[in-house]
Amino acid sequence: MWADAAIAAVKSLVMLLLALNLTVLLLWVERKGSALIQDRIGANRANIFGGILPFNLGIVNTLIADPIKMFTKEDVIPAGADKLLHFFGPFLAVFPVLVTFAAVPFGDVLVIGGREINLQVAELNVGILYVLAMSGLSVYGVVLGGWATNSRWSLLGAIRGSAQMISYEIAMGLGLIGAILVFGTLDLQAIARAQGATIWGVIPAWGIIYQPLGFLIFLVAGIAETKRVPFDLPEGESELTSGYFTEYSGSKQATYMMSDFAEIVVVSALATTLFFGAWQVPYLARDGFHFPGGFALALPQVVVVVMQVASFVLKVLILCCFQILVRWSLPRYRYDQLMDLGWKTLLPLALANVLITAIVIVLAG
Amino acid sequence: MLDQYLGVIITFGFAAVIVGIMCGASMILGVHHPGPVKQQVFECGNPPTGPARGRFSVRFYLVAILFIVFDVEVVFLYPWAIVFRRLGVPGLVEMVVFIGVLAAGLAYVWKKGALAWD
Repeated sequence: MWADAAIAAVKSLVMLLLALNLTVLLLWVERKGSALIQDRIGANRANIFGGILPFNLGIVNTLIADPIKMFTKEDVIPAGADKLLHFFGPFLAVFPVLVTFAAVPFGDVLVIGGREINLQVAELNVGILYVLAMSGLSVYGVVLGGWATNSRWSLLGAIRGSAQMISYEIAMGLGLIGAILVFGTLDLQAIARAQGATIWGVIPAWGIIYQPLGFLIFLVAGIAETKRVPFDLPEGESELTSGYFTEYSGSKQATYMMSDFAEIVVVSALATTLFFGAWQVPYLARDGFHFPGGFALALPQVVVVVMQVASFVLKVLILCCFQILVRWSLPRYRYDQLMDLGWKTLLPLALANVLITAIVIVLAG
Repeated sequence: MLDQYLGVIITFGFAAVIVGIMCGASMILGVHHPGPVKQQVFECGNPPTGPARGRFSVRFYLVAILFIVFDVEVVFLYPWAIVFRRLGVPGLVEMVVFIGVLAAGLAYVWKKGALAWD
């Protein structure tokens, strides 16, 4: 019992640190990447030891100097605000996002001293439902944050945000049903294992091959859930000053900023798990590579596990960078266009996707 | 049962501590110089008038109600999707009828203009 608890704690810490590090790294990718896209220099001021390197990549700036500055700023709570809810707004924006990682597998089984450790924090047989339930909770962060501050801008942003998030949650949930039909389970680790197979012995049987439309619906709905451009109506700087976190400052504002990036990581991690073979490396089994054509390469178990975890992180990172590219490429939607896309395009498409998938499965036997 | 959710509970604990520290950092580390002007809500320079938590468009309520209707029906699809391979053709027919009702409901709402923002 205590050994199990200790292992679960270590796995949980590893997964949370992985998620947080990816989140913080994305901040840097966003700032330097957007500078690259907009042909400017970007963060390059802060440095340590007077700048040992001849160039400054802005890593010290975004990863150390800015967080320290944010955390030591004054925490201004406007008059008439609800102090408790003012705290729970940012708390509930990030907390549900972080706990979703408990169901996401980041590797296959690691064997240490005869004990098999499943590289997933909690082996839930209702994994996808747990993830959807938890990510749905982050609506409360937006609504409570906007309501608590007693500001018109915040309230408008919060209402817009909640309407947007619940609209796209339906499309997201329906988009995933196609994948569940294919894999026949809600257990994310079982879905990951199923994607280790190959089609005709050559093509890795990743979810995207069975569910291209399902992936598109999930990705669009996922980007809308992160509330970033082109779906950043709740924040909309040009209309609502800053939306639901107008009246936040210091570390609470930093937490709200982080919630967007944490959501990007969650969406990427889920898309990877369901559609891009999770931690699978093509042709890599538990005992080494088995290439098509009979060629095999035996590898020690530790190497295999490290390669799997690295493959998972790499895929997540690629999808995260894709979302940041989208954010800096597209203009903002109008609110009626946003609602139309969710209700009139994605929802019928997702329903059609479910029907087509079901019919194909029946026909294929 | 507990085995399965042990990891979830532990993750809840870690996440609560991490996020709690993040949210509370400026309360402890930051300075505190409150003042009447500083504590005013941001209103583009004008002094705010009236309560901020006023009325807002009824359309948002409509979206919330539609969300509940459709989300509950989506939840019904999950168990069906899992056992679908065992149900075979009868399961497919039943679900085509169910999704047909869902689509008809969407078409009705659409035609009635509940999804239109103007």
